[in-house]
Amino acid sequence: MSKERIQISEALYDIMPSDYQDLVKSATYGKEDRGWKDIGTSKELIEQHSLCAGCPESMAFRYILASLPNPEDTVMVGSTGCTSLVFPMVAVHNIHSLFGNQNAIASGLKRALSVRFPGRVKDVVVLAGDGATVDIGLDMTLQAWFRQEKFTTICFDNELYANTGGQESGLMQKGFVAKMAPVGKLFDKVRLPEIARESGCHYVVNCTVSKPSLVEKVIRNAVHVAREIGPTYLQLYTPCILEIGKNSMEGLQEMRDSEKPTERFAYKEYISEPAKQLLAELAAKDKERKAAAKQLAGQASA
Amino acid sequence: MSDYRVLPGPEHFLPPAAASMGIRLPNPGEAHINGVITSEDKAYEEAARQFLMAKVPTIFPGPLVLWAWNEKAAKKATAVRHLFNTLKECVQSGQKPMLIPMPDYRPKYPKINPEVEINPNHPNLTIWHNKIDCCMFIGVHCHQANLSLKIIRGGTSCYTIAMCAQAGHEDAMLSFRDASVEKLMKLADTIKRLKGTVQPRLTSAKNGVSS
Ligand SMILES: Cc1ncc(C[n+]2csc(CCOP(=O)(O)OP(=O)(O)O)c2C)c(N)n1
Ligand code: SF4
Ligand SMILES: [Mg+2]
Repeated sequence: MSKERIQISEALYDIMPSDYQDLVKSATYGKEDRGWKDIGTSKELIEQHSLCAGCPESMAFRYILASLPNPEDTVMVGSTGCTSLVFPMVAVHNIHSLFGNQNAIASGLKRALSVRFPGRVKDVVVLAGDGATVDIGLDMTLQAWFRQEKFTTICFDNELYANTGGQESGLMQKGFVAKMAPVGKLFDKVRLPEIARESGCHYVVNCTVSKPSLVEKVIRNAVHVAREIGPTYLQLYTPCILEIGKNSMEGLQEMRDSEKPTERFAYKEYISEPAKQLLAELAAKDKERKAAAKQLAGQASA
Repeated sequence: MSDYRVLPGPEHFLPPAAASMGIRLPNPGEAHINGVITSEDKAYEEAARQFLMAKVPTIFPGPLVLWAWNEKAAKKATAVRHLFNTLKECVQSGQKPMLIPMPDYRPKYPKINPEVEINPNHPNLTIWHNKIDCCMFIGVHCHQANLSLKIIRGGTSCYTIAMCAQAGHEDAMLSFRDASVEKLMKLADTIKRLKGTVQPRLTSAKNGVSS
């Protein structure tokens, strides 16, 4: 877990494109308390993205990449959909899986990494759309949870198949009419956070990505719990502004409107007992570390 | 032995994997030229000749040498630089040696600048942009090198050389195996020795790459 491992060979430094030089010079690999506040002052682990202008998925991506506790030793697994357009621009190891297969790939990957690197912390994080997670990949999603596979599953819930033009998904709201689902959805939105809890996930959160500090907190918690205890699941509302007929600037408001207490993305959290204990321990350690750093800074300035 | 020969393209949109055409890899101490097993010494001469003949001889260092994973990688990077500097010293005016990195294997849509970096998914773009007629891969993981070499053979007339750290690449027109600092230095020495003895193809119509 250190930035020292990410170095360019000196003899060839000058021919490296500047984005790589910047990654080495000012990205936050190895920084213990990295988080969303680094955005704007350090090199981000995402270059440009090719999503629609203003797509909330792009905000979510930036916050998540800024918050991963261990990016240099993380492998992300993606699936087909709008998210997959971003991975080619991400400076974290990633694997593109066949649509829906992401949790199966991640299971094998996580196990292989623990055999190959027994002494090193390696995090695996799945990031896929709702179609991949809840419909076509539901089998793989659930089986990984049943088996207590130690990785995090993040679902970018935009409540439809965005990349293919707006088909109905299991996470779409009842009654919603989309471009390629003109009849309107006849069934309720699948209650995947509840299903995740019942399937063995130790940390489950359902929320929007309107608040970067909240995204940071849940990402860190989810990754730490998955590392030590078992599967975790985050369902993040990243509305497809294109399909719901919003302008580029309206994504944030859409998320704020949908996270009100009576709405479907009101913050919802489930933490198992062992996960609660772990998070409490981590919080205590963090507090200690910060107090020590403060003391040190005080001594230095005295 | 197979009659198939691994030659500069453009072969066609999807050239066959050379292995599927019966091309086999060299044993230690050997190399291959056009898919025919040969002595390593002969391969040094031929690689040096191809470099000295080319209008735009280019080295493509991959992630295994661009990044200082360990001391060995950093040393190899220094040897790659030495090889490039030697090449620059040994070519004639009108020839333009290049050193273009393959920092990782991301296609980096839509941001990649094919003039200054190459990726295995679209190596032909870099070759077309820079009019490269001879290139050498070094420090590229096997699977990505094979993919690139096949795309190059399919869509361009560029002569490909692989300085492979493992068992060699059958999809390159010329391949060394067990690449090391010593082998890079030896190739540089051969280029130096052959300096002035090889006529560059500066005016020939054949030197262009298809675009
Ligand atoms: C096996 C397979 N089935 C179907 C498709 C077609 N396909 C591509 S993207 C997509 C929809 C993705 O929807 P979702 O997972 O919700 O992601 P979003 O684009 O909404 O972010 C589909 C069905 C595919 N690529 N592969
Ligand atoms: S189609 Fe929708 S989800 Fe996909 S990039 Fe555009 S706004 Fe985002
Ligand atoms: Mg979707």
